[in-house]
Amino acid sequence: MKLTDLPDSRGHFGPYGGIFVAETLMAALEELRVEYDRARNDPAFMAEFEYELKHYVGRPSPVYHAKRLSEQYGGAQIYLKREDLNHTGAHKINNTIGQALLARRMGKKRVIAETGAGQHGVASATVAARYGMECVVYMGAEDVARQSPNVFRMKLLGATVVPVSSGSKTLKDALNEAMRDWVTNVESTFYILGTAAGPHPYPMLVRDFQCVIGRECLTQMPELTGRQPDAVIACVGGGSNAIGIFHPYIPYDGVRLIGVEAGGSGIASGKHAAPLSAGTPGILHGFRSYLMQDENGQIIETHSVSAGLDYPGVGPEHSYLKDAGRAEYVAINDDEALAAFHDLCRLEGIIPALESSHAVAHAKKLAPTLKKDQIILVNLSGRGDKDINTVAKVSGITL
Amino acid sequence: MSRIGQTFTALKAQNKKALIPFITAGDPGKGMTVPLMHALVEAGADIIELGVPFSDPMADGPVIQRASERALANKVGLKDVLTMTAEFRKTNTTTPVVLMGYANPVEHMGYETFAQAAKAAGVDGVLTVDIPPEESAGVSDVFKAAGLDPIFLLSPTTPESRVEQVAAAAGGFIYYVSLKGVTGSANLDTEEVANKLAMVRRHCSLPVGVGFGIRDAATAEAVARIADAVVVGSRIVNEIETAPEGECVNRVKHLVAELRRGVDAASKQA
Repeated sequence: MKLTDLPDSRGHFGPYGGIFVAETLMAALEELRVEYDRARNDPAFMAEFEYELKHYVGRPSPVYHAKRLSEQYGGAQIYLKREDLNHTGAHKINNTIGQALLARRMGKKRVIAETGAGQHGVASATVAARYGMECVVYMGAEDVARQSPNVFRMKLLGATVVPVSSGSKTLKDALNEAMRDWVTNVESTFYILGTAAGPHPYPMLVRDFQCVIGRECLTQMPELTGRQPDAVIACVGGGSNAIGIFHPYIPYDGVRLIGVEAGGSGIASGKHAAPLSAGTPGILHGFRSYLMQDENGQIIETHSVSAGLDYPGVGPEHSYLKDAGRAEYVAINDDEALAAFHDLCRLEGIIPALESSHAVAHAKKLAPTLKKDQIILVNLSGRGDKDINTVAKVSGITL
Repeated sequence: MSRIGQTFTALKAQNKKALIPFITAGDPGKGMTVPLMHALVEAGADIIELGVPFSDPMADGPVIQRASERALANKVGLKDVLTMTAEFRKTNTTTPVVLMGYANPVEHMGYETFAQAAKAAGVDGVLTVDIPPEESAGVSDVFKAAGLDPIFLLSPTTPESRVEQVAAAAGGFIYYVSLKGVTGSANLDTEEVANKLAMVRRHCSLPVGVGFGIRDAATAEAVARIADAVVVGSRIVNEIETAPEGECVNRVKHLVAELRRGVDAASKQA
């Protein structure tokens, strides 16, 4: 089987993925699987999706040659895929539009979502407003506190934001709570899952909706540089922006695919969110993948300056690509990500999301090892307006 | 025949229904679980469902979630749950014990290793909430080979076409979740459950237990009229949570005895 043919009909990427949920959700997931299968083979559905991406999101997003950054980093030429320029400021909207169109097709009037940094929550609230649906967003209480601008955005868009105070009060607990809501309201409610994770068919359908990123790059890079890049770099939390840009590049053997996890205070410190770099396979949130867990199989708390990467699991396709050797995964620590954040602000006039800053930080390490005529494509998955409070705080500045 | 099968056969011969209380191992304290298990039996439990604590209990409501958090704070993991079961077995060799929990702790131990250790400890059945039959290849068989009954859930959203598939993978009994939602939800419509159970029984010869929404003698009686077993979780865990220190075992015993009277009232009238 080719790497691009996955998952199989039951949602497996080799040993990863699958459907590990309670019986109560099995019928809903089957309904979603069947409906998505119809939708993706329905030219009218795909045409509407593409229309919305063009006219509502503003796609295609540009690819930009970051010349001053490349010069500073000294080596390969760095290009940025500008997902930060999308409506709502991140790649998340690609997926929420796709899922909202599916929800409408299935006659569901209520949508729910989980969110970490708040980007997916904002993107969900946005499409709920756009298509006239009720929207409830679950968000860890700790994230509500550190991402207050996005919480207010969601409220402005008409969504209800529910702070989740169980467990570690972050993304994983918000996901637990969203699943509980879905179990309870399964007939009226569509769960807009924010990343390429969760039970089948979510990892597949989120990937498919996000693949527009990589497909555009396949056209844009030759237009701009005459060829495809030598390496593609993307940050990996759940991994939707990464799989979106990686997947179309999988058949291009000459293109290195590098996923960047959150190293937090450093892998050795144990305070990080890097399951592919330092975890082991297990089952959480409906799928099998690399996880951060202790010796009893309990999920351990994660640490990252970036709320969007603060998740103990990772989308199953990344686990598969790691084992297959087609993608490499590295970790970037908080301080390295913050340095890259400032680099991009000052050298290119772009305030990147802290998530995306992890990808830029790895480009900073990789570029000097490559020749000046080599090309690194970084997925700049989101803009950093939401992070200015966090950056001020870690810099000791009161706004 | 497994200890679970023997229990149901014996109850049937006496025209009685089974009462299956649930507690989370390690809640409220590591040393409390075995005394609580014995108290459950003394108060009339036929089978004990012992919850294995997990950090992310996705299918549970706030009551059992908090029990899991308390147990984890007491550093209770899957190995401790097996130790507790073995301790219980020193003085009780007849009451079946079913472990109920999530896949990851079992997966992390390894299905084969777990199955052997569980059997040796005296466990009779295992319900891994987030392993549906579709993912149970290599799990159910391993459990069955070790002499453990794999327990599976059915729910109001399960289509008739799936019941046979679930029944084929299952052993011991079928656990019918009577409500949509997480554990501890309210409002139980016994008429709707009765209709669904009639459909289930057309495809499945295993005894059927019903859980979710049972909180007192009256609801226990209503469910005992239509099911082979009555499963009570959140109500008991709530009692453990709210009992003053030192009174936990007695409070639980009192509650389970009340539930027992409800269950038995159903068979007297039948």
